Amino acid sequence: MRLRNPFGRKTKEFPSHLWTQCPSCGEMLFNKQLERNHRVCQKCGHHFKLGALERIELLADPKSFSETDAAIVSSDPLGFVDSKPYPERIAAAQAKSGHKDAVLTGDAQISGVPVVLAVMDFEFMGGSMGSVVGEKLTRAAERAYADRKPLVIVSASGGARMQEGTIALMQLAKTVAAIARLDEAAIPFISVLTDPTTGGVLASFASLGDIVLAEPGALIGFSGARVTSETIGEKLPKGFQRSEFLLEHGFVDQVVPRTQLKERIAFFLNSFRIAGQDLRWSL
Amino acid sequence: MLDRIVGSRRATEGNGHLAVEAGLITDATQLAAGRPTPWQTVQTARNIARPHALDIIGRVFEHFQELHGDRAFRDDPAIVGGIAELEGRPVIVVGQQKGSSTEENIVRNFGMPYPEGYRKAMRLYRLAQKFHLPVVTLVDTPGAYPGPEAEERGQAEAIASSIQLMTRLAVPIVVVVLGEGGSGGALALGVGDVVLALENATYSVISPEGCAAILWRSASEAERAAVAMKLAGPDLLETGVADALIREPAGGAHTDHEATAAAIKSALIPQLDRLSRVPVADLLSLRYERFRSFGMFVEPDGSTAPMPAQPWWRRILKNPLEKGGL
Ligand SMILES: [Zn+2]
Ligand SMILES: [Zn+2]
Repeated sequence: MRLRNPFGRKTKEFPSHLWTQCPSCGEMLFNKQLERNHRVCQKCGHHFKLGALERIELLADPKSFSETDAAIVSSDPLGFVDSKPYPERIAAAQAKSGHKDAVLTGDAQISGVPVVLAVMDFEFMGGSMGSVVGEKLTRAAERAYADRKPLVIVSASGGARMQEGTIALMQLAKTVAAIARLDEAAIPFISVLTDPTTGGVLASFASLGDIVLAEPGALIGFSGARVTSETIGEKLPKGFQRSEFLLEHGFVDQVVPRTQLKERIAFFLNSFRIAGQDLRWSL
Repeated sequence: MLDRIVGSRRATEGNGHLAVEAGLITDATQLAAGRPTPWQTVQTARNIARPHALDIIGRVFEHFQELHGDRAFRDDPAIVGGIAELEGRPVIVVGQQKGSSTEENIVRNFGMPYPEGYRKAMRLYRLAQKFHLPVVTLVDTPGAYPGPEAEERGQAEAIASSIQLMTRLAVPIVVVVLGEGGSGGALALGVGDVVLALENATYSVISPEGCAAILWRSASEAERAAVAMKLAGPDLLETGVADALIREPAGGAHTDHEATAAAIKSALIPQLDRLSRVPVADLLSLRYERFRSFGMFVEPDGSTAPMPAQPWWRRILKNPLEKGGL
């Protein structure tokens, strides 16, 4: 990480509640302006991670999002204790993020098209998928199926939640089974991959969109880069497992800057028909 | 339709094929006291002398004809598959293949498939569907290969697509976990109507070493992780990840390949008989519900979805059998 101090002042003159330094270009960014720009660096285009609420604000039409299954919370299936008991980790993550778990789901409109929208939040235990995330995503897909509405999922996740053991692994099959029914019924599913989307989330629903979009520079891969580099005993090339790498290798349709994401999703939604019905006319 | 292919002979023989009669363990309390610890089970599941997919295929099935390649990139030796007969009835069998020696393990990549391995498996599943053959999968992998070429060729997409295909495949699928059920790379072969596991097999979201390295920041805590993750037989029964365990010979499967294969064979036959009598639409919705019901959470009204002592689909699996079919 390069450090650059634009005015040659000492860093204490940039208190962190007002300023954020871009990890990519080193520019000191005024927080308010960064938020206005949906947390994209104005100078170099670096995409900072975006919380679920900010993401919904970015994609959903104003006041169109109504959350569903908001109150489902995790239980402790295995009585899992590492350095801390799992329920304590959950409570800490809830306090830190303000969310009950790592995904928000609901009904929304995107440029006037009614959709079921699910947005993951990396702040909550690394966006890991356990029972709550799996259940909420499955219910979202089932509602899209029942209401014949397109499904949009924005992923941000390190993978399956280890603290739920094999039950967490089974969430891969559970969510994919629901996506598979949408696929058979020809109901559109748009998958948006953001920084980072790895492990069990990428190895399940996130890879299965009719359209798969990625934000620029996002870390996207099956195995952690550390594991991969240890496997071959050498350092990985620059840009390995980034969005552009996946585009080049044929696993995402487009890399779309955050500021264009909503209009691009709307374009695809407007291009698809459900059972001969043009979504544009279904309002 | 499927009745014609498999099981119709058995169907006329009445209902003398209860799962429990086939030496299956369906209840953790049936397991002997003095069980090995989870960490010992991990070691047993990884024992190089344990029967691997081809050892089992050669003893359980007749006339196995291996089919090679994914028709796109290459043939992955870490996954084997083909057509074989089970008591005269054709089936498609697909399994992860570990080596029984260091040399063979290098060829087989220690049973860690590349994306093209999963794509070969998918090709065989489609073949099964097209010609109405039931599918048997044999799970035994530390995990999908985590190397850079695997990433370049879409390891995650291959696993996701394989899971998707299996959830909707219009023929019966029986999964047998032989040794290690390592994470998503195992689940890519693990979606079925019935999931059986050998008594000392494991099934886990991540390897105990990997879990320990992340949560305890030390791979030497793997033993603790193995306990915490509940990856061994009794836990798999309790959570419903496995519907039943197949009893191994007293010293473990590695001491007697013949007896292990015989136990697998007598477990498979009644399951395929039973599943072949289930209409495809019911088969698919039962399969959906089987995986749909995994999850432990608390609902807004304070009610929980507790771990069922006996998952309902297991009751469904047993009862129709007792009544002579669904
Ligand atoms: Zn920048
Ligand atoms: Zn052998």
